[in-house]
Amino acid sequence: MSTFSRAADTHPLTWRIERLQGQALDLKTYESLEGFAALRKVVKEMSPADVQSLVKDANLRGRGGAGFPAGIKWSLVPMGENAPKQKYLVCNADEMEPGTFKDRLLMEQLPHQLVEAMIVAGYALQVSKAYIFLRGEYVVAAERLNQAIAEAKAAGYLGDNILGSGWGMELFVHTGAGRYICGEETALINSLEGRRANPRAKPPFPQVSGLWGKPTVVNNVETLSNVPAIVLRGAEWFKGLSRGKSPDAGTKLYGVSGRAVRTGVWELPIGTTARELLYEHAGGMQKGLDLMCWLPGGASTDFLLPEHLDLAMDYDTIMKAGSRMGTGLIMVVDNKQNIVSVVRNLEQFFARESCGWCTPCRDGLPWTVKVLQAIERGDGRPGDIEMLEQTTRFLGPGKTFCAHAPGAMEPLQSALKFFRGEFERGIKQAG
Amino acid sequence: MATIFVDGKPHEVDGADNLLRACLSLGLDVPYFCWHPALGSVGACRACAVKQYANADDKRGRIVMSCMTPSSDNTYISIDDEEAKQFRKSVVEWLMTNHPHDCPVCEEGGHCHLQDMTVMVGHNQRRYRFSTRTHQNQDLGPFINHEMNRCIACYRCVRYYKDYAGGEDLGVYGAHDNLYFGRETDGVFDSEFSGNLIEVCPTGVFTDRTHSERYNRKWDMQFAPSVCQQCSVGCNISPGERYGELRRIENRYHGEINHYFLCDRGRFGHGYVNRKDRPRQPWQRVGQEQKSLAVDDVLDAAADALRGCRRVIGIGSPRASVEANFALQQWVGKENFFSGTSAAKQALVEQALAILQDTPVRTPSLRDMERADAVLVLGEDVTQTAPRIALALRQAVKNKGLVMAAGSKIADWQAAGVKDIAQNELSPLFIASFAATRLDDVAEASCRLASDDIARLGFAVANKIDNSAPTVSDLSPEQDAMASRIAGALLAADKPLLVSGTGCASLAIMQATANIAIALHVRGKAAEIALVQPEVNSIGVALIGGDSIEKALALLESGEADGVIVVENDIYRRADAERVEAALAKARVLVAIDHQQTPTVAKADFVLPAGSFAESDGTMINMEGRAQRYFQVYDPAYYDPDCQIHESWRWIYALHTSVERRMACWTQFDDITQLCAETVPALARIMDAAPNASYRMKGLKIARAPRRYSGRTAMRANLSVHEPRVSQDTDSALSFSMEGYVGPNEPASFVPFAWAPGWNSPQAWTKFQDEVGGHLRSGDSGVRLIEPKNSAQFSYFAGIPGAYVVREGQWQVAPLYHLFGSDELSVLAPAVKSMVVGAYVALSPADAARLKLAENSLVKVTLGNRSYSLRLKVSKSLTDGLVGLPAGIPGMPPILGHCHATLAAAGGL
Repeated sequence: MSTFSRAADTHPLTWRIERLQGQALDLKTYESLEGFAALRKVVKEMSPADVQSLVKDANLRGRGGAGFPAGIKWSLVPMGENAPKQKYLVCNADEMEPGTFKDRLLMEQLPHQLVEAMIVAGYALQVSKAYIFLRGEYVVAAERLNQAIAEAKAAGYLGDNILGSGWGMELFVHTGAGRYICGEETALINSLEGRRANPRAKPPFPQVSGLWGKPTVVNNVETLSNVPAIVLRGAEWFKGLSRGKSPDAGTKLYGVSGRAVRTGVWELPIGTTARELLYEHAGGMQKGLDLMCWLPGGASTDFLLPEHLDLAMDYDTIMKAGSRMGTGLIMVVDNKQNIVSVVRNLEQFFARESCGWCTPCRDGLPWTVKVLQAIERGDGRPGDIEMLEQTTRFLGPGKTFCAHAPGAMEPLQSALKFFRGEFERGIKQAG
Repeated sequence: MATIFVDGKPHEVDGADNLLRACLSLGLDVPYFCWHPALGSVGACRACAVKQYANADDKRGRIVMSCMTPSSDNTYISIDDEEAKQFRKSVVEWLMTNHPHDCPVCEEGGHCHLQDMTVMVGHNQRRYRFSTRTHQNQDLGPFINHEMNRCIACYRCVRYYKDYAGGEDLGVYGAHDNLYFGRETDGVFDSEFSGNLIEVCPTGVFTDRTHSERYNRKWDMQFAPSVCQQCSVGCNISPGERYGELRRIENRYHGEINHYFLCDRGRFGHGYVNRKDRPRQPWQRVGQEQKSLAVDDVLDAAADALRGCRRVIGIGSPRASVEANFALQQWVGKENFFSGTSAAKQALVEQALAILQDTPVRTPSLRDMERADAVLVLGEDVTQTAPRIALALRQAVKNKGLVMAAGSKIADWQAAGVKDIAQNELSPLFIASFAATRLDDVAEASCRLASDDIARLGFAVANKIDNSAPTVSDLSPEQDAMASRIAGALLAADKPLLVSGTGCASLAIMQATANIAIALHVRGKAAEIALVQPEVNSIGVALIGGDSIEKALALLESGEADGVIVVENDIYRRADAERVEAALAKARVLVAIDHQQTPTVAKADFVLPAGSFAESDGTMINMEGRAQRYFQVYDPAYYDPDCQIHESWRWIYALHTSVERRMACWTQFDDITQLCAETVPALARIMDAAPNASYRMKGLKIARAPRRYSGRTAMRANLSVHEPRVSQDTDSALSFSMEGYVGPNEPASFVPFAWAPGWNSPQAWTKFQDEVGGHLRSGDSGVRLIEPKNSAQFSYFAGIPGAYVVREGQWQVAPLYHLFGSDELSVLAPAVKSMVVGAYVALSPADAARLKLAENSLVKVTLGNRSYSLRLKVSKSLTDGLVGLPAGIPGMPPILGHCHATLAAAGGL
């Protein structure tokens, strides 16, 4: 019997962490734990198209928050003889969503796993270069990833003619300068090119014309980290991991932050309920506090209420409830908090992080913050709430250049829906 | 074509367009900020939102940005939809949160796109009650004011300046609602095209500083359709006047030439019109005294003096109108008329004209140049001699990107998408020049060669394209390879373009350019050739004919001629000053007709104050051979009854009839133009360049002033309480008044100023166009006089020079041109004057080292029998063996082409 609580076939993302405890994060140890077995397998046994269809079959959806199927994203990249010689794979490791700290775990604890995942994905897409766009504050992750890359290179997993396949790629870590918008894939590409981190208009889509005008795939750390296990254990196994809890496949790194007993991040079957997360894994709310509401997956998702706790945490279920699963790391708000202050704090973040490209986001968000601040100090005026409501509509999807402002509107619109009275209390009535 | 349904009504539109441009082209009003006809769509401001429906039955619809949505067939949209209206109103409300609402003191007020759009969306109440951010402004030099607090962050300035004009020293700094559009530090913009920021900016961040000191609203100015005088391109301008002063130059839309943009020399170089030292009354020199005379008296006195002359010659000018030159020639006769240019320059202009007239290759408009997909520039530094061409070539090199984008199904209007796909890919541009040019950054290759070697490279290219073209012997392997590469690129193109001109002072270079054009024609390519001319009306004078200035001086020197009439020409700029001085001293009578106080005017016995382009009507013929009419902007005598400024042609004719003691048989501009058209076959069509004086729109003259023009009757209150009738313009179809036709409803090519109901900014040009950014509805103005010959009768030029050999002590002079300095008139504008470089001599680093001369040391440069003491500028890019001298700069010799210099350290070497 294994003495470990997590196994490779139930916790594909994190099973190695327990086994690495106290040991150096070196290549040898990683190799001893199935490390680079997936790469050896694809290079020896699979064509790039095979790997792509495997990932498509596994129904691996983007773990960055949008849930876009990775296989479909990959399938838009030009392949074959006539494809451009230069193609890029970019790992979106600019983890800046408030309340989200899952990618950090994977990169700090299992840098080789991400490196291998990127090489396997790079092989599937036949890229020439790959970049890890890393949040600047993740200093430890940067150090460990760079070390892992150096080791992989020395071992022949990177460079020309990887494992005798005739194909080769380079992998670089690029640390960001601290803008939330760099998490938006086209803004990330602009930033990587040395330009202002403004999102790009689509079309052209990055898969056709991305980094330096060449086909580019941008995937989240967690998304990519699933790839080696899918290669080793197959699509059916991956789909079975959710154990009937969800039509979605695989596990998910879920987490809890806020005034819960044990905040943290856990790898669980996708579709696990928020109640299980909060009460079994996080130990429930701290003493004397009740749950008022919760954000299912970061600051840019709509608030849900305690009554929603039994919903399966997967993309479609949370969507149906009027929110988004986002990153899957929930933020709990307790009954001692002022919801106006919570929302004001979130909006302040979004206003600060607006890139300044489109008018509604650039100028609408700071105004929203100022109105919320007025309401917070009891200085709101009649019409302010209606103005906020109009803002939630006019900063919605399709009306702004990218998804930043619509994301910012999600907590605001749901707070207004669920807690309108709290806002009304901040309005100074005439007379 | 496609059918789109706007608020239920079907419209035929260009299906390849975006909805915003399609709607504006239909005459529908949709607000916008970040979009600009010349810059395309980026979807930043969100002001052009409309409701789009999936089909005729969809009642729900969704808001889309019209600038980012194709106008494909069966598109259903609503502009009037309530939600779309509210959203657009919100956009203006948002971007106005930090706007200072300082319209009363803002120089943009009255021609402000932001004002127009704010009114259009109906945002009339400020709900924002919180603090606004403030910025420090920058000192951007003598041309442009900077007031960042007014910025609405539409990003047009950086997109124009960097993406369109290729500038580097304007950027956007900061993020979220704390953006800063400016330079890294205070200072003058590097770009030759920075002035367009004034019109590109939808509000008052960038305004015209030359206008600031004597400011007035657009609605309080008189305008006239005019043509820039500062180079041979002939950009259309809209000069604005108040109280007898030219206040500002605005771009006047011309679909084939400048469309939305001017160069800074053209925009800011008009200050010479307002100089206090201009001749305003006629005078006669009596001893050392200048005696002001009344018009009749001066004509009588001058006529008396001229009647006593044995032979009277007339010296015309390439900066004077066709009419002025023609009137002079009519008077003195062909044998006594001189073109007013040096023999060397005249030979260059005549060669250029011959190439345009006799080869089967067409000369392009600027728009045509923008469509070129491979360009070779030989010798001419267009960035300084005809800057607007350089801006056009910057667009031409982007054609490859447009093709690449089209391959990915990205339409040309998707500015950001095109840029992403194109990255650094450019259509081929090759430049051969004496030294670096400011287009080199977009050139596939730039060769720095001496004049003869540039010509040899050109001849070799022609030979590689068509081997029946003359062969160049002894070409170096590198140049041979370059010639092959250039030939290959030109042959691979659909629309190859050759550019050269008279500025490089080499007949051989122009002939080589012609050979390439002919060779491409022989190979079945639709090649075009553009040849830059020295001055605004060089072609016009060349078509009229007349010998060089040297011939005129010889007649004076020999005493054969003793009377001379000089029209709008400072002949000290045309020939050696001492020679001019001596020749003029021998003349019994010198009559100078000019609008500036030149050295020639200072020498004259009689001075007749001419109107500049702002005070006269005339025709200029640009380098394309397009005859263009410019109209008087204002009548200076209305403000100052003592002012006796008149058109040169009017003075000439008055003097002519006075000398001959006969009555004038014509009095109007149309008469002289008509006579010219009938007399000079090459100018037969100049009457077609513009409507004549009897033209009326809806029975009205065209008003020079906007409807809201104020203070007309009080204008002269400081002179007299009487309110005289406004000046009557008998020479043109324009009125000196707000009375007359104003606006875009009737198609017109002659629009004094851009205005349409609700559109006060330059964006109003949209309303005058057949489609946005296309042509004016009644056709772009002017008439092309030179079209290629279809006959097969043409032959290659065969005069291939030998390779340049540096001769010890005999340096070949390379004329170097300067945007500010090389043009005679614009340097007289106070704002430009501060930007003019002083006289200098340039050497390559190797040559400077060999001569042991240090940067800034004084060098004695000897040209012929004249010596100049000049500061040395070591030019990293100048070809070894050449000595670079700035052309046209005060203090420099007048002729720099094909001459040799000797050098010595000043103080003896």
